[in-house]
Amino acid sequence: MKSINTPQELEKIRKEIVGGRDPEKPCIAITSGTSARAYGSEKVIDTLRAALKKQGLTEKIDIRITGGQGFDEREPLLIVYPQDILYQQVKPKDISEIVSETLLGNRIIDRLLYKDPQTGEKIVNKDDIPFYKAQTPYIFGNNSKIDPTSIEDYFTIGGYSTLAKVLTEFSPEQVIDIIKKSDLRGRGGGGFPTGMKWESCRNAPGNKHYVICNADEGDPGAYMDRGLLEGNPHSILEGMMIGAYAIGSDEGYVYVRYEYPLASENVEKAIGQLRDCGLLGENILGTAFNFDIKVSRGGGAFICGESTALMASLEGKVGEPRAKHIHTVESGLWDQPTDLNNVETWANVPLIINKGVDWYTSIGTEGSKGTKIFSLVGKVKNTGLVEVPMGMTIKEIVYDIGGGIAGNGTLKAVQTGGPSGGAIPASLIDMPVDYDKLKEVGSMMGSGGMIVMDDKTCMVDIARYFMNFLKDESCGKCTTCREGTRRMYEVLDAITQGEGKDGDIELLEELSWIVAEGSLCALGQTAPNPVLSTIRYFRDEYEAHIKEKRCPAGVCKALITYSIDEENCTGCGACKKVCPVEAITGEKKELHTIDPDKCIRCGACIAACNFDAVKVA
Amino acid sequence: MIKFTIDGVEVEAEEGQYVLQVALDNGFDIPHLCYHEALEPYGACRLCQVEITNGNRTRLTTSCNYPALEGIDVQTSTEKVIKARKMVIELLLARSPNVSIIKELAEEYSVGTPRFKLGDDDCILCGLCERVCREIVGVEAISFLGRGSDRKVGPPLGINPQTCIGCGACAYVCPTDCIKVEENENERTIVRWERTLPMKKCKVCGRSFAPWFQLDYFGKITEGIPKDFWDKCPDCR
Amino acid sequence: MNQKGIDKILEKHGYEDSSIIAILQDLQEEDNYLSENDLVYISENLPIPLARVYRIATFYNAFSLTPRGKYPISVCLGTACHVRGAPMVLDRLRLELGIDVGGVTEDGLFSLETVNCLGACAMGPIVVVGKDYHGQMTPAKVGSALKKYRKTSKE
Repeated sequence: MKSINTPQELEKIRKEIVGGRDPEKPCIAITSGTSARAYGSEKVIDTLRAALKKQGLTEKIDIRITGGQGFDEREPLLIVYPQDILYQQVKPKDISEIVSETLLGNRIIDRLLYKDPQTGEKIVNKDDIPFYKAQTPYIFGNNSKIDPTSIEDYFTIGGYSTLAKVLTEFSPEQVIDIIKKSDLRGRGGGGFPTGMKWESCRNAPGNKHYVICNADEGDPGAYMDRGLLEGNPHSILEGMMIGAYAIGSDEGYVYVRYEYPLASENVEKAIGQLRDCGLLGENILGTAFNFDIKVSRGGGAFICGESTALMASLEGKVGEPRAKHIHTVESGLWDQPTDLNNVETWANVPLIINKGVDWYTSIGTEGSKGTKIFSLVGKVKNTGLVEVPMGMTIKEIVYDIGGGIAGNGTLKAVQTGGPSGGAIPASLIDMPVDYDKLKEVGSMMGSGGMIVMDDKTCMVDIARYFMNFLKDESCGKCTTCREGTRRMYEVLDAITQGEGKDGDIELLEELSWIVAEGSLCALGQTAPNPVLSTIRYFRDEYEAHIKEKRCPAGVCKALITYSIDEENCTGCGACKKVCPVEAITGEKKELHTIDPDKCIRCGACIAACNFDAVKVA
Repeated sequence: MIKFTIDGVEVEAEEGQYVLQVALDNGFDIPHLCYHEALEPYGACRLCQVEITNGNRTRLTTSCNYPALEGIDVQTSTEKVIKARKMVIELLLARSPNVSIIKELAEEYSVGTPRFKLGDDDCILCGLCERVCREIVGVEAISFLGRGSDRKVGPPLGINPQTCIGCGACAYVCPTDCIKVEENENERTIVRWERTLPMKKCKVCGRSFAPWFQLDYFGKITEGIPKDFWDKCPDCR
Repeated sequence: MNQKGIDKILEKHGYEDSSIIAILQDLQEEDNYLSENDLVYISENLPIPLARVYRIATFYNAFSLTPRGKYPISVCLGTACHVRGAPMVLDRLRLELGIDVGGVTEDGLFSLETVNCLGACAMGPIVVVGKDYHGQMTPAKVGSALKKYRKTSKE
């Protein structure tokens, strides 16, 4: 890629690239982000390449390797263009058929199509699939159009034209004004008005300003940022560059969590491409704007998602947060004014400037504008990343997009906001996703994790799970957080072991108070939320555990027993075979029994039984 | 001078001072364990929390690292403050039930037997030892290790920190007295770190006065001091 | 790692104190763990107090101060995986391997760790063995999943 020194040169190159591509030329897109790779997408790609070569089709058919496209449950996804046929869960052995039938024979392979579970209908086009139909993927939708490692692909979808417009037509103050008017709120979970943050940072005295992209996405169950960074890293970089211009920064960092190697790699590649063509460095596009970005990898610590801890980590220290009465916009990284924003927040920036404030503010609710990407996971049929307008109800997301509960359970709760959030009971899911409304019910937007739980999920166990997570991820500095989360965990653990006592709920509430009030940072301050929200909406479950030593959901090992149902058991012996502690006895074709003293409730027999004969009580 | 109020009383502070120091100077007895006026405030123990009103916002916050600002109002004994203090004491007492200063605080604030399983670690992770070693002595021989409920303070390899000069500053600042120093004619041991160093004897009076390693270190970091200065104990110099 | 190798890493990061995390990551990437000797060498040559090196190395989960197995096993305990039964998978692995979290099997083949969300929630519960992701893991599938590695090792 040769040097691009002016907006005109950028447009010229874009036109050349677009002009050199035939929109009707057959193309096969295959998803190959982390999820798809885990399902073997790389082998699928290799097999396809080999097959095309064998048939002499390499010049005639393009292959585009994309990041995730949302419907992770069905990956690898393979889309045939220009017909726009979507094949799901593609395996290497499907490739020869795809080549002969679809590519050469123009026939659709039925068995590889998505089948609507309600109607039984086979669906050909991606946008007709219920999972995609109800979404508004203004940001995430671009993942399907580009190879994330190709800056040329990014140019074809208008990449960096917004940056060019900003650098040549707007002053930094005008850019800030646009972002303020858009009411964009931080997508990392805090929901702080982005425009206000940028303005404070710009106005803070200091001759060095930094911009940071917080890609330390640590909420377990949330991976929206991974999807964006892997699938469209340039969109984030373009957002950062616009922000840097607005704030007066010439140095930026993308802090990627350690557990995301592919995301880190793709961002580094994108930065390298920008440097090569002069879009990062000095006098970008011939203007006075200088900017460069570095990638920094986290070390495996949830607390480093907290802004002051992240900055400490960037400085080579441990991720210990710092008192908040010194604002990071005034004194942040290396004590300089620093603007830190989440990945998704940055991705919204080019969109807002490109489409305008009126368009953007027409989406969403009064207090929450634009769209939000959620990771819809857990006991839901269609798991994956979904982008919806703010204000859509949780019910619509779980049922219309998610397809409802997986398996034969019933919806019990939806957990949002990760370890800082809360469980929203089934009775309340008709509520809109909105920063303020979610807070009102005792949860929060968070970074976007949306965990669907059914009747087989024990809410006390969930509270215990979160407390276990938090006590390990706490940096350990504050007595209240370190000792408090540990003690809360101990109380919850005892309850799940059948050792709960009267007064435990009140003790948890008291501990919740001191952990929230007495801790320095948001980890401690929000740590009690999962406990408080489950007590609020599922107190009866706590009481069953404490008073009756019973786990209604059948999860807490100390309170349940496995037994084999006489009616359903066929004596096949499958359970006996897999039992790791030899707790099951029985002759062939005769009723098998589980010895409750030996049984460790590991679940292997339940998984092995094809007759639903193992019962949990 | 910065003027603000503590419990309704007007006090004065200099630029750069923190609320806790000003409060202590003015006779307000705010309990604290991880604060020492010679070291950077850390805000770990959370005992010094008070309610501070700045503008139209009131919040419960640590006073050791809150800057003295014009016009703020500090309340040291509101219901909220006392409730928070009691719970912090209870948590500390549960962790370190044998530490006298914590037992005294528990008595003062009527905190009874903790409602949690008692631990037996006398260290409350206040960090004063590692801070004095790093900030004042400049050796940084010990540090915090691990995180969360597994956090502790100590030498990098578990025992015998190789750069420790045996000055005992850590023992001096420790609020719970869990760092003991033992000495005989020939050696000094910082017991908690299992660090033993041979002592140098004064050329004049013959008593052991400091570890060789320590005097070596001081010699390296100072200038213009004649070598034989380190051969005599402070009394004989 | 030999000293030359460490010198290369230190050079790559310009002998900067503030790059200590990245330095340790590069070392961990090569050797799969951080040995005492290597950390002492870094302390002496960066230079940086050894206490600070260990502070960093023990704070961040990415670092292991003990050798890991030939095939490190990582069980994802993210919320989505938890809800789908990850704890039972972990228990089964403990049983099969005879070690607890943080341990290494006697033959040095496997070590067991947990991770708080890999971001591959759609295929949960997930277990990573070496560099391979195994999705939709159940207690029943654990044995056969490990077989492949035991076999490969024997060859």
